[in-house]
Amino acid sequence: MTTYIVRRLLLFIPTILIVTIIIFLLMWIVPGDTAMLILTGNDPNEGGRVSLEDVERLRAKLGLDRPVHIQYADWLWDMLRGDLGESLWYQTPVIDELGGRFVTTVQLAVMGMGLAFIIAVPLGIISAVKQDTKLDYISRIVALLGIAMPTFLIAIVVTYVLAYVFDWLPPLDYANLWEQPLTNLQQMVFPALAIAFHDLAFTARVTRSSMLETMRDDYVRTARAKGLTEMGVIGRHALKNALLPIITVSGYQFGRLLGGVVIVEVIFLVPGIGNMLIDAIIHRDFVVIQAVVVLVAAVVMFLNLVIDLIYGVLDPRIRYQ
Amino acid sequence: MATRDITAEGGSPARNVLLGIPAAYRSTVDLARRKPLGAVGGAIALILIFVAIASRLAILPVPDPYASVGDIFLSPSPEYPMGTDVIGRDILSRVLYGTWISLYVGLGSVLIGITAGFVLGITSTYAGGFVDLAFQRVVDALMSIPGLILALSIMAVLGSSLNNVILAIVIGMLAPVIRTVRSQVLTLKEMDYVTAARAIGARPQRIVFRHIMPNCLAIYIIMATYYLGFAIIIEASLSFLGVGAPPDEPSWGGILTVASRETPETGIWLLVFPGIFIFIAVLAFNVLGDALRDVLDPRLRGR
Repeated sequence: MTTYIVRRLLLFIPTILIVTIIIFLLMWIVPGDTAMLILTGNDPNEGGRVSLEDVERLRAKLGLDRPVHIQYADWLWDMLRGDLGESLWYQTPVIDELGGRFVTTVQLAVMGMGLAFIIAVPLGIISAVKQDTKLDYISRIVALLGIAMPTFLIAIVVTYVLAYVFDWLPPLDYANLWEQPLTNLQQMVFPALAIAFHDLAFTARVTRSSMLETMRDDYVRTARAKGLTEMGVIGRHALKNALLPIITVSGYQFGRLLGGVVIVEVIFLVPGIGNMLIDAIIHRDFVVIQAVVVLVAAVVMFLNLVIDLIYGVLDPRIRYQ
Repeated sequence: MATRDITAEGGSPARNVLLGIPAAYRSTVDLARRKPLGAVGGAIALILIFVAIASRLAILPVPDPYASVGDIFLSPSPEYPMGTDVIGRDILSRVLYGTWISLYVGLGSVLIGITAGFVLGITSTYAGGFVDLAFQRVVDALMSIPGLILALSIMAVLGSSLNNVILAIVIGMLAPVIRTVRSQVLTLKEMDYVTAARAIGARPQRIVFRHIMPNCLAIYIIMATYYLGFAIIIEASLSFLGVGAPPDEPSWGGILTVASRETPETGIWLLVFPGIFIFIAVLAFNVLGDALRDVLDPRLRGR
């Protein structure tokens, strides 16, 4: 087990370094100079009014005149110390803004995933137990509909229905979960539902195939043979074993889910990192984009690491591969 | 039993695609009989391709989807079956032209992305050793950035244009494609006929081109179909967020951006019609992908 953990951790470090290199290089090749971008206020027509000395001075101040590997090392070192740089647009430290927003995004993502799980797992179980019946087809169609509806489309439809059919708008000022939990939940439950619908489709499919596989195992037959009720067989024997792949696959899906969260945040005006990212993209605020993307990638990688380790504990076969 | 499995694989429809039109026709009929839902998906896909080409050739109710025809926010009527938009453009023509944009971006990114993924995946897996190990870390790294977020940041750097959207989607899908190809190649490498080929002294190039690649064809077609749906969703999402297609382009996602800013009195048709088109297109490619997977790759059936 120790060797497994050590090996997994050793793979983690180069991978996260590569993530930072990819993101850094991506932002480094940006067409147009960052210093120029700040001075012209991102307006290409302003180019003529900026003096070359100003550009040079700003480049020196931002450290953009140094070789690229030095810039990268510096950026990485700052990040390790918790300094994510200063927003090019708002001129405030990125970290101040990011912390609170990150908590909001995680809350939304976890709620979305939880809702998806609560709906999808029973759906998948019914589908598997009643394979090839009408119930199976209905739940498979629901799952297919979820896959074909992009998250943003569901989100727009939900806002439309809420606002114009039920004449209901969530409380406008964003409420903190710790201070006004009830208002906060009112605001978050519909965005979470929009996220859940797309994710649900996937989880229901995995549940179905995982359950179908387990239901054919010998111990399920044994459980039936010794006279357990069907509920007992499904709940205590089949589901327990089928759940492991469901949980791990959903865990690996967390990254994709975060992509959906970004767009849902924009539509429901949730002040999370998604809105921050889109705002930064509009203003071409590369310092903020870098910070957000590195944070998201780090979270996804960390989650994958945890899942792998848990899987290693639960399923000894993995360790010896 | 084992012998029968091998013959079954040798005559798979994936091979038939290579054998010419009569065989392709037969496997199409076969697909329709065994997978009616998938055949419906395929038919819709063909209609969409036809609509895309027609609208590109300006065969539209209003030939110029960029031009205003008069009154704004009209409800559907015989003259304008889907109504008109915020500056009086015919929504039907724009939505139909959106098919061209979606399929241009979708097919473009799928052909480039999956082909690149295959080349990289096969080469790296076949090279093995340190090259493979290092390359897999890069794939891990790319995998940890969610596709939409990666595409968004690439668009931030490149600026909005349709070809940039293709590039962003390609980079966003590369990692999972390489991962899938890798697992396929690892399985194929252990096959007896590959060992046999190596035993008679075939060079690695010959093994890759003669034995590995033809057996990856099925998975290529399946992945291309699925990722077409993925690409359409990402393009619509990017355009919806205002960083995909340029704002006046009649992309489905772009039309939805306008819808989300309007009230039902003005914007409902802008929401309903592009929404239905996205939904149907993605659904069709997914259903077709499912059917192709079941028919072309029996080992994956029911997964």
